[in-house]
Amino acid sequence: MNAGVVEPPGKMGRRRFLDYLFGTSLAALAGAVLYPILHYLVPPKVKEVTTSSVVAAKAADLPPNTGKIVAFGGKPAIVLRTPEGEVRAFTAICTHLACTVQYRPDLKHIWCACHDGHYDLHGQVLAGPPPRPLDAFKATVRGDDVIISRG
Amino acid sequence: MSVRGWLEERVRYQGVETFLRHKEVPRHRFAATYYTGGITLFFFLVQVLTGLLLLMYYRPTADAAFESVRLIMAKVRFGWLVRAVHIWSANLMVLGVFLHLGATYFGKAYRRPREITWLTGGGLLVITLAFGFTGYLLPWNTLAYFATQVGTEIAGDVPLIGRGLLVLLRGGENVTEATLSRFFGIHVAILPAVTTLLLGLHLLLVQVHGMSRPVAVPETGSEPFYPHFIMRDVLVWVVLLGGVAVLATLVPWELGEKADPLAPAPPGLKPEWYFLFMYQALRMLPARVLWVEGEMIGVLAFVLAGTLLILVPFLDVWAKRERRHHLFTVAGVVAVLFVIAMTVLGLRMEF
Amino acid sequence: MSPVLVRRGVFLAGGVALFILVLAGRAAAAPPPDSCVGCHENLGDRLSKPVAGMKDDAHAKRGLSCASCHGGNPARFGMDAHDRAAGFVGVPSPKQTPQFCARCHSRPEVMRRFNPKVPVDQLARFLTSVHGKRLAAGDPNVATCTSCHGVHPVRGVADAASPVFATNVPQMCARCHADPARMGRYGISTTQFAQYKESVHGQALLDRGNRQAPGCNDCHDNHGAVPPGVTSVANVCAQCHSATRDLFVRSPHKAAFDVLGEGECTTCHGTHNIVFPTDALIGAEKPAVCVRCHPAGSSGLAAAGEIRLRLERVKTAITGAETILARAARAGMDVSETELDLNEARTQLIIARAATHTAGLPAVDPPTQAGLAAAGRALAAGQAAIAELAFRRRGLIVALAVIGFVAVALWLKIRELEARTHP
Repeated sequence: MNAGVVEPPGKMGRRRFLDYLFGTSLAALAGAVLYPILHYLVPPKVKEVTTSSVVAAKAADLPPNTGKIVAFGGKPAIVLRTPEGEVRAFTAICTHLACTVQYRPDLKHIWCACHDGHYDLHGQVLAGPPPRPLDAFKATVRGDDVIISRG
Repeated sequence: MSVRGWLEERVRYQGVETFLRHKEVPRHRFAATYYTGGITLFFFLVQVLTGLLLLMYYRPTADAAFESVRLIMAKVRFGWLVRAVHIWSANLMVLGVFLHLGATYFGKAYRRPREITWLTGGGLLVITLAFGFTGYLLPWNTLAYFATQVGTEIAGDVPLIGRGLLVLLRGGENVTEATLSRFFGIHVAILPAVTTLLLGLHLLLVQVHGMSRPVAVPETGSEPFYPHFIMRDVLVWVVLLGGVAVLATLVPWELGEKADPLAPAPPGLKPEWYFLFMYQALRMLPARVLWVEGEMIGVLAFVLAGTLLILVPFLDVWAKRERRHHLFTVAGVVAVLFVIAMTVLGLRMEF
Repeated sequence: MSPVLVRRGVFLAGGVALFILVLAGRAAAAPPPDSCVGCHENLGDRLSKPVAGMKDDAHAKRGLSCASCHGGNPARFGMDAHDRAAGFVGVPSPKQTPQFCARCHSRPEVMRRFNPKVPVDQLARFLTSVHGKRLAAGDPNVATCTSCHGVHPVRGVADAASPVFATNVPQMCARCHADPARMGRYGISTTQFAQYKESVHGQALLDRGNRQAPGCNDCHDNHGAVPPGVTSVANVCAQCHSATRDLFVRSPHKAAFDVLGEGECTTCHGTHNIVFPTDALIGAEKPAVCVRCHPAGSSGLAAAGEIRLRLERVKTAITGAETILARAARAGMDVSETELDLNEARTQLIIARAATHTAGLPAVDPPTQAGLAAAGRALAAGQAAIAELAFRRRGLIVALAVIGFVAVALWLKIRELEARTHP
């Protein structure tokens, strides 16, 4: 500051007011910047970050001779437990016209409702119009979870 | 005892404050160019902040990189904003660096005694472009993957060291996950460390020598660096902050598709705009000139031009005598026109 | 003589002897000269054509010769080769052709030497076919083995150049069946091939080469070719369209069509001219097929209208969701996760369309509801994305207001400072 210069009272008041104004605006800016940053730092609730593996189900929710449709990498996948108890997973996109397949406990294999396509428990086509087998994923049981991953 | 007195006893800052108060910034016709350095610094600081935030969620592996960026954009609150600001600020920083280069070159700020300031600035220019090049690959999308392939391929054309440089950059023969790891390390650790050193030295020297005055331009007065010039500088920064906010919100950047190394290169592949002039110039050269590959000539020409630019304080002997030689002005204007023309051509031509 | 010369002489003699032995051996391994080929290839025109054709013949590739089918003695020359005592048959007439080929092709003990899996019932089936019956009645103008399979060369069924290769069959049948001159005397229509070419199956088989699609032989049987009866043609369709058939038999149409003698599938979909069904096929007004039987104001027509309405609702919901999601995507929002819901909706629409064959709402309603729910979820996600965009813009206004505030305050301070220090 210019030491030794005595400010007239009016100018002092104006200066202090402007300092206040500036200080307040800086505080508002700090708030406007910190608000998104703090929200950003709070982690979002997501089931998966990568598309290479996902927890498909709880092992207890998948008894033998049942199947479930789950999302995997943005696309439907089917995870099933064979009547013998083995856990397997395939893409649930039918190779005929891309309908979502389902598990039929009465038939004990995979079935597509759209045009009566049948797949066995290895994904191979048993009957119907599908031209290719279902791609298989790796399914493992880790503790309570059934995890699907790309082989 | 006041707060100031308490601080002064422990940190001894008042010497610095006195020095800053005495530093004067000259006023003249081209005084606006004094802001170019501060603008670049501002964008760099924004990059550091947004970059650190992105680091909280980004994953540098081929499997997860793309998805982690998608997570930031779609799921993390204000993640879209952090990423958009980071990209816009990166592009604006490069623009700022080029403006600052032009201001200091034409103002001959490199002349004695500021040669080292110029050299550190040259290093910072290269580092800024390296930041852009390495950062571009990190989302691991198709465009970035192939742009990196092309870019490192051209780096491999530099004579003698080219081959080694290519393998060093790519972390192998091809662009793979190893390249991503390497670029990530370079982008978030190596380059920031080197920048801290060079930038620290650069800013220190600017303070030590004060603002350079363009040769043969009359001064119409001056103002104190602190607080007058600094306050104006901060005002410019605040306005730019508003500009970045508008751009980040209203003009988003696409994420594109995840890179598939097995897929063919997409048509219309172009490097980032700040590399475009080099890419376009190389493309326009004939395939062979005498017995040498045309591209090699182009790369050599650019290396030569870069070397001359770095050495200009030592070449421009007239400047230290406060004289302007038309050779350097003309060379500078030609270079600027060349870069602008090549960039425009590159943007307009269908690749 | 010097030892060197003796040695050389022995080697030379040995070499010559070896050479002669090799030649003799090769000559011994060669088959005896085939006089059929030797003679016929020089006889020109009609008589030499079979020789050229045998190059690609499936029988020749398996080691059979002219005499294997036509008999005779190829070791003798000239007309002596046409030796009736050696079983020479010559060219069989059309009436004789089926038995001619069946001498091998109907005998499992012969065929299994070449391919154990190849069927041996072709003659039996042929005799039940229209072609076979007419042939037995003395009509020489019908198709026999060589009409379809060719002769000199006869190519295997899996050979893409064979007239009986899956994608060539319709064309081959049409050679006769699309010819009014030929078919006129039997009173058979000749429009089938032209219709089939435009049909779903025709386009799949002929344009796209999809051999899963049926050609003439898949519905009419190849050797036992008959037109399937009107009331039994549905069984043919159900070979592939099994799920649809299962749905149809649950409908009131099944009993009604049985009484009326209407074909189950063909009444609505046609026979050779089956086109890709659109939703327009069902409803209460033309061009829906329902109006052909159900009079205006009837409950049946009303039901058809209701079913159509359900389908249209799902389609509208899906399109609505797609539109808003496209808008959000264009504005830079990430909407990739909604694909799952849209896929679900589209799947349910396909199931609903299949369920129309039950001609009743109880089967159509559940997939319709599920489809509407899935499309609704996708729509909600799209609307949320648009709302988020609006939120961002509002946030920007707020941020700009704060930044503007700072800028103005700072600028005022600068002006004040200047006024103070440089009055």
